[in-house]
Order: sequence, then structure tokens, then C-alpha cells
Amino acid sequence: MSDPFGAIGGWLMGLLQSLGLEAGPARFILQFAAAGFLATILLLSTLFTIWAERKIIARMQDRLGPNRVGPFGMLQSVADLVKLVTKEVIIPAGADKLVYMIAPLLVVTSVVAIWAVVPLAPKLIGSDVNVSVLYIISVGSIGTLGIMLAGMSSNNKYALLGAFRTVAQMLSYAVPMILSLLVPTLLAGSMGTVAIVEQQRAVPFFLLAPLAAVIFFISSLTEVGRAPFDLAEAESELVAGFHIEYSGLSFGMFFVAEFLHAFTIGALTATLFLGGWQGPGVEQFPLLGLPYFLLKTLAVYFLLIWARATFPRVRIDQLNSLNWKFLTPLALAVLVVSAVTDKLASELGWNRILANLAGEGVIVVGALMGLWAYARSLRRRQESLRAQVTPSRATGAS
Amino acid sequence: MTILQLVFLATAAVTLVAALMVVVSPRMVHAALWLILALAGVAVLFVLLEAGFLGIVQVAVYIDAIAILIIVTVMLTQRAMGEGGRQVNRSWLWAALAAIVLFGGLLLMLSQAPGSATVATPLAADAEATVEDLGRALVDVDRYVLPFEVASVLLLAALIGAIVVARPSTEARREGRQP
Repeated sequence: MSDPFGAIGGWLMGLLQSLGLEAGPARFILQFAAAGFLATILLLSTLFTIWAERKIIARMQDRLGPNRVGPFGMLQSVADLVKLVTKEVIIPAGADKLVYMIAPLLVVTSVVAIWAVVPLAPKLIGSDVNVSVLYIISVGSIGTLGIMLAGMSSNNKYALLGAFRTVAQMLSYAVPMILSLLVPTLLAGSMGTVAIVEQQRAVPFFLLAPLAAVIFFISSLTEVGRAPFDLAEAESELVAGFHIEYSGLSFGMFFVAEFLHAFTIGALTATLFLGGWQGPGVEQFPLLGLPYFLLKTLAVYFLLIWARATFPRVRIDQLNSLNWKFLTPLALAVLVVSAVTDKLASELGWNRILANLAGEGVIVVGALMGLWAYARSLRRRQESLRAQVTPSRATGAS
Repeated sequence: MTILQLVFLATAAVTLVAALMVVVSPRMVHAALWLILALAGVAVLFVLLEAGFLGIVQVAVYIDAIAILIIVTVMLTQRAMGEGGRQVNRSWLWAALAAIVLFGGLLLMLSQAPGSATVATPLAADAEATVEDLGRALVDVDRYVLPFEVASVLLLAALIGAIVVARPSTEARREGRQP
């Protein structure tokens, strides 16, 4: 079987045509059904990922986690889902009703829509757009919009503050994210995810541009708005942030969107930097691509959970200075160096991996030296400030 | 009538209605939201014309920017969330007349342009090549490298200008005040 998914599609197409449909409408119905199928599977998969995340975080924090409903508490999310569905959706007084109801839909849609361009296995992809990387960015921005609308239409100060924070955070972190996305684009010579995965047959881009992968990972953590970057819903400051007024299923949508987005970040990192469905034996058995892809996705997803379980929340000023003073210049440097070294390596016949890794190494050393100098100047300034405040003690100590 | 035509007609209708609502809607925030719908409709039209790149750029550039527009609207205007004043003033008739004359003139000109009556043949080139051509054209010395660079310099100037405006004045800094 060289193309099992194509065979399934062909069989369904034949089925529809035997029912008396013409080729055009039949293809339309088929594509519609396939999209619905993928979206449903994805949304249902959050039932599992939410359970897994709660269990893993519980273990990391020396707790048991959900363990009452079903074996190992696996049915806990199902019970939660039933609870959310049966709860009343409350619209607060003074809320902008229509906008208030549309906002969670937008957020969920933006996350699910990203999966249209994620290649799950050889020849198994929603739509092979040739500008997938741009598509991912622009669809992600719709989610930001949804959060903005949710915060604004709730008629609640905390919600509005949370929404403002989200937009500031997402827009500023879009800069290093886009810059780091350009690296796999230029390494593969294409913006299409299918071509990017194909180009990683010999060596995944993580080995060619580890820094770009790390920058992408960090900035997408911010895009999801999870700990340590969950400022938009910082409980101790904003109660619950942008979704404070939401209840019932409309809250459930934000909840599902957040977990699915985290999973999606795993899938994107796996696709762009870890080789997607590439793995040993995929040439003969294309079906193997799916487990490979899922394994890589889950590995990145585990990293995400790990970060969430172990890092404290950053302050808003730390968030901004990390982005503008560190990640953005670093991403610019990585982009320029990757472009030059990869071109030089292919022109002069150097080893591609070694050349690229050497380039990244130079950046790492430079960044570390820059950080060291910055920390030293910060320490000096603090010492001089301390000397001004308490001159007697400072002179006494020295 | 094919499905593609149905999609086109529906999109066009939604885009036009949304564009109308942008100017008619009494709430400023709602106007911004209708603007999003209108721009999204244009993006869909681009996709229908097999210019997927332009459609995606439309979403990335315009719809992302509107989130900022809404923030600025909310922060800088009084009662941005509530109803504004009246939607029309005394010269609305003249404005409508001018708009109709302009629309009619454009329609007349376009209908007399050569080739307007014939159906355009679909482009043979595949979309990948189009994006590549665009990229090459922007850095080609014989084509658009100069406008491209001038536009970049303009944006850079706007960026620096924003920083200069936002910085505290030198006196304020000398007095040690934080912005």
C-alpha cells in the first residue's frame, strides 16, 4: 500500500458517486466531511490530553491527580465535560451579547484551523497550501482577536485588563516567532509544510537550527498563554482574566482551545523542526508516519507540560524585556547566520550540519557574553544605588 | 451555476453588507468588528481567485492590525463601548451623491475598458511560482527593488518616530522621572 489514505478517499468518492452525485458536489461533500472528522477527533483528543496533563503535573508536584472516575481517573475529563455542558451559560448584564457569544467560537476555530496545514502522515494533510507558514501565523492572530473580543464584551474590568495583556503579549512575541519560523522556511526553500517535512528526510531541522527551534518553542508558549506566561489569566491579579464572566460550555470552549493549542504547538514544532512524520521505514509503510508524528508531538507536548509544572509566572516587565531585549535580537541573529552559513555550506561543499551548528554555537557564545555583560552592569548599578542610599554602611562594608 | 459561483456570490454579499455596516453602526467597536468581516470577505475573494498568498497576507496584516485598532479605540475615546452621537450630519445627501457619481463613473470606465466583456482565462502558472516571482521581483534591480526599499525606509522612519514620540523629554529625564 503506497497511499492508503488516498485509497480511502477514492473509495468514499466512488461511494458518493454511486449514490448519484456528480464529481464536483461529491468532492465538496467529501472535503467537508474530512474537515469535520479531523476537527471532531482533535476536539475529542483534548479529553485525553487534559487528563494526561493533570496526571503528569500532579506527579511532578508529588500529588496523585485525578484517580476516582474510571481506571487511573481517565474518565475524569468526561465527567468534567458533562458538567460543563449541563451548566447554564450566563450572559452578564451590560455585555455585548453577540460578540460575547462569538468570541469563544473564534478562539476554538483559530486553533482547529491550524491543523488544516499540518501533515499527519505522507499524503495525509488537510490542504497543501504553499504558504502554510504564513497561514499558521495569520490564523493564530484570529485567536488573539477572539480573546480580545471576549475581554471587551464581558463588561468587566478584569476581563478587559486580561485581554489587553494578552494582545500586548501575543503581538510582541509574534516578532521572534515569525523570525524563527523563517529559519525552517529558508532551510527547506519553501513555505509549505509538506515541502518542509520532505526536506527533513536526511536531517531534521532541529539539528541544523536548534536555537530557532527553542525560540519558536518559547514564543509559542507565550502565544498559548500558559505558565510561565499565563499573565492574561493570572489568578492572583486578575481573578481569571479574559474568561472571567464565561460559564458553562462557552467557558469550556476557551478551556478546550487552550489545551488543544498547547497540543498544536507540539504538532507544529514536530512538523517544522523534528521532521514531522519522517522516520525509519516510512518509505515502505506510509501508515507508520502517523505514530511517528504523534510520538514527536507528544514529546514536545510533554516539554510544554514540564515547563508549566515547574516555572513560576513571570512579571509583565520581565516578559517584555525577555522578548524585546533578548529573544528578538537573538532571533534576528539566528536568521541572518542561518541564511549565510547554509548558503556557504551548499556553495563550498561543507558539511551542512557542522556548518550550521558552528554558526549557532557562535551565536550562543555571543548571547551568553552579552548576558554576562548585562548582568554585570545591572549588579554595578544596584551596588551604586545601595551606596547612595546608605553611604555609611556601604563604606563600612567595603 | 457551480458551487464556486455560489460561494463567490455569498462572499460578495457578506462583504458588501459588512462594509456598509462599518459606516452605519452606531458603536465604534462594532464598526471595527464589521470591518474585520469585510476584510475577511476580501481575503476569501482572493482565495477564490487562486491568490492564496494575498488572502493570507490580508488576514495577517489587516485583521491582526484591527485588534490594535480596537485597543486604541477603547483607550483613547470616551464612551467607545456605548452609543456614539448621530450617524449622519447635514451634508449626507451631498456625500451620497458624490459617492454615486464616483461609482457610476468607475463602472462606466471599467465597462468600456478593453477585455471587460470577455471572461478572463485562468492563469496557467501554479501558485508556488507566483509567490516565488513576487519574491524575486522585490529584490530585482530592474524591477521593484527601489520602491521596496523606499517603503522599508518609510516604515523604519515610522518606527523610530514612534519611539521618539513615546520617549520622555530630556528635561523630564534630567529630573530623574520615569516615563
